[in-house]
Amino acid sequence: MAALTDLTLAAARDGLKKKSFSAKEIAEAHIKAVEGARALNAFITETPDKALAMAAQSDARIAKGEARPLDGIPLAIKDLFCTEGVLTTAASHILDGYKPQYESTVTSNLWRDGAVMVGKTNLDEFAMGSSNMTSYYGPVESPWRRQGDNRPLVPGGSSGGSAAAIAARLALGATGTDTGGSIRQPASFCGIVGLKPTYGRCSRWGIVAFASSLDQAGPFARDVRDTAILMRAMAGHDPKDSTSVDMEVPDFEATLDKGVKGLKIGIPKEYRVDGMPAEIEKLWNQGIEWLRAEGAEIREISLPHTKYALATYYIVAPAEASSNLARYDGVRFGLRVNGDSLDDMYERTRAAGFGAEVRRRVMIGAYVLSAGYYDAYYLKAQKVRALIARDFEQAFGQVDAILTPTAPSAAFAIGDKMDDPIAMYLNDVFTVPASLAGLPALSLPAGLSGDGLPLGLHLIGRAFDEATVLRAARTIEKAANFTARPGAAS
Amino acid sequence: MSLIKGETGEWEVVIGLEVHAQVSSNAKLFSGAATAFGAEPNAQVSFVDAAMPGMLPVINDYCVEQAVRTGLGLNAQINLRSVFDRKNYFYADLPAGYQISQYQQPIVGTGTIVLDMPDGSTREVGVTRLHLEMDAGKSLHDQDPRLTYVDLNRAGVALMEIVSEPDMRTSEEAGLYLKKLRSIVRYLGTCDGNMDEGSMRADVNVSVRKPGGELGTRCEIKNVNSMRFVQQAIEYEARRQIEVIEGGGAINQETRLFDSKQGTTRSMRSKEHAHDYRYFPDPDLLPLELDPAWVDNIRASLPELPDPKKARFMKEYGLSSYDAGVLVAEKDTGAYYEAVAKGRDAKLASNWVTGELFGRLNKAGTALADSPVSAAAVGELVDLIADNTISGRIAKDVFDAMFETGKGARAIVEEKGLKQITDTGAIETAIDQVIAANADKAEQVKAGKDALLGWFVGQVMKATGGKANPAKVNELLRAKLKG
Repeated sequence: MAALTDLTLAAARDGLKKKSFSAKEIAEAHIKAVEGARALNAFITETPDKALAMAAQSDARIAKGEARPLDGIPLAIKDLFCTEGVLTTAASHILDGYKPQYESTVTSNLWRDGAVMVGKTNLDEFAMGSSNMTSYYGPVESPWRRQGDNRPLVPGGSSGGSAAAIAARLALGATGTDTGGSIRQPASFCGIVGLKPTYGRCSRWGIVAFASSLDQAGPFARDVRDTAILMRAMAGHDPKDSTSVDMEVPDFEATLDKGVKGLKIGIPKEYRVDGMPAEIEKLWNQGIEWLRAEGAEIREISLPHTKYALATYYIVAPAEASSNLARYDGVRFGLRVNGDSLDDMYERTRAAGFGAEVRRRVMIGAYVLSAGYYDAYYLKAQKVRALIARDFEQAFGQVDAILTPTAPSAAFAIGDKMDDPIAMYLNDVFTVPASLAGLPALSLPAGLSGDGLPLGLHLIGRAFDEATVLRAARTIEKAANFTARPGAAS
Repeated sequence: MSLIKGETGEWEVVIGLEVHAQVSSNAKLFSGAATAFGAEPNAQVSFVDAAMPGMLPVINDYCVEQAVRTGLGLNAQINLRSVFDRKNYFYADLPAGYQISQYQQPIVGTGTIVLDMPDGSTREVGVTRLHLEMDAGKSLHDQDPRLTYVDLNRAGVALMEIVSEPDMRTSEEAGLYLKKLRSIVRYLGTCDGNMDEGSMRADVNVSVRKPGGELGTRCEIKNVNSMRFVQQAIEYEARRQIEVIEGGGAINQETRLFDSKQGTTRSMRSKEHAHDYRYFPDPDLLPLELDPAWVDNIRASLPELPDPKKARFMKEYGLSSYDAGVLVAEKDTGAYYEAVAKGRDAKLASNWVTGELFGRLNKAGTALADSPVSAAAVGELVDLIADNTISGRIAKDVFDAMFETGKGARAIVEEKGLKQITDTGAIETAIDQVIAANADKAEQVKAGKDALLGWFVGQVMKATGGKANPAKVNELLRAKLKG
């Protein structure tokens, strides 16, 4: 049975169609794997009964020859997606007991295509973090360990539970959300593929909001093809989200193997930051060589405003978050701590319900929007954001995709960087610019660090050109031939 | 300009109004939930209105159309690009913790409202802007000694906030402004103007100054919900401010509440305690871009509005400014009048509609739409007067009967035998009888006491049950007594 959890999503799909195994068997194998991997704390809520019920429906459809594109495929869902009747926490105490009466559009799309939910995955509280350390439900452990060092490592964040679940073979694919790198950085840390699509490609309806102008849902999988398959299912226009775009979703899988011959790949010189570890730089150069060897034309490009991206992000995202999180007030749902007055109830509820990182960002956000500071912080950040987007626009006049490292380091140990929020924020230095510009970007595993941890490469594409990003990723994937797997899954 | 006299001389009151007008729309501004008045608490609340996690607003195009229509009706600039902002504050009946409103880039810019002054003159008041925003819910503090209950039916309902320039100088002008604004939005069908149900509410800005001096510090009186209260609030507030200043004090810029029972205003919060709303563009909504052709289509579909209609009534029907103003205040009144006036004596029609009909309707507390007397019926009555079938005095009795029974004018005249007597013989007979019975008085008239002639006319009219043609009676009496 272990083999069923080791399949790629594409192989499982094909095997199900050929009736080599049933959806029930795949579901059971994954339910067992999830139970066996509880030490990782990757899931906040396991949904085995739901998984079996959905698998039974898939089997019935397959038997009738009415299989849907994802029938029987077990998926892990980041607990930021509202799921009807299933506890949805955003990893926050403040959403205690919250069971939505509605299903997010993205998960609805997946269930429409026949996918099976194995559970809701752990994350940084309200997706605020790069380590999965801020979860009310405790940190997630990466299934990876450094060679000769058994200290538990972080899976990255905020979608740490989803990334760990995929790396540990607890599901064939997972959903994540990415605001400044929350899909790509954990994908890099966990040695899997993660794609943040273009802003507007996936509906945000039913996803607990962090920073509305940046949040995007995207898939995790163990290879590029599986990522392409999931991306297609998740995407699509949704009239319930005014920022979702009414554009056709291409068959990304169909164009995966077109190669990179003739593609122009940009290498932004500003990403060669001071203090970048030599092995990251080496991997980046290796990626460049792989693409060149397959016929891509490599060009150095300039994204001059890159150095302001992190500062800009840490104004815009907290500003939006401070407003988005105002609804968690103890009045209508979730946690309530009663007080002597309405204001007292708000203060007690929010003090008890939000963790330190969330409180920090809410306060920063309220500050940068407040009278007298708005122009100096929020408005200026918006202007810089426009300049960053313009940098990319100009670059994409010369190149078809951009290659960078995903993160400035491999995974770090649980507990590290906790006393220094700025060091933690630096994890996102390579991922944040694409978020600010709303561009599609993907991380894929391309090599190992000296101590045996996965390192990711990062591809950024033109708006709505996920297809090219996936093609280039597929080329690197073939060249890199990344076969390492975490100890916990071997 | 009318000034208020204080101890140190005269004071000028400066008034500006911010009117919240509920957009007539079946669905809310950002959700599909219903907006009907009077539903069970929390029966019209969508997940969006309740600000459930992950819910997103989607603009209701019809509300946008209504706002544009209103802007066009106010002769205002329509901004083809406008932006929705979040106005952040915590309150139990504001589920998201922010109100979606428009701050720096409203959908409608400057416009004008023309006030119809009682002396028939007009006066223009500037409109600064109109923007769209969502309403909050309602907190019910009187349901429980300790707890507050929240009803979210109103939460998310579309409002137009219409802001005036500080162009008004008397409470009367403020009343006329509200009246005219209400009239315009009702013509347009963009707001029902129903102040009792909260469809229109006003925030009133009041300051005082010495005539021609610098503007004084203003106070804002929040949420006044009737025209009478607006006027009361202004009058109280102006006198209060004058007293404070003349007493050596200074006005603090603050928000005040109107107490309708006492007719007074009291401080709610000072400028120092004003909220910092932390406005910023709502990232869930794209800027609102309007197609000029779409705006033109709305413009082309506008009904004739009160001001042009009034001008037409004055020109076409020869009405006074005042009468025309009364007749065009409501769309159905104007239509009713025109149905009566068509092909008839327009002035007579106006007198009957604005005088008798409105008087009776007012007294009965009946709306024109429910009037027991139709426009055709009033027209018939006017016809009977015009062709001398009945006198104006009899017509009033006929009208009363029409109002009571709903029967036609001609039917009542026939039934009650109220036809005017124009037959000379019959009138002469009556005159002869009156003269015979009052021979002494007749002698006096003949001797030159003309003042008694009127008394004889009255007696003859009485004898004929009012049906005699008064002109004829006069003529014949003169011939008999003075001839």
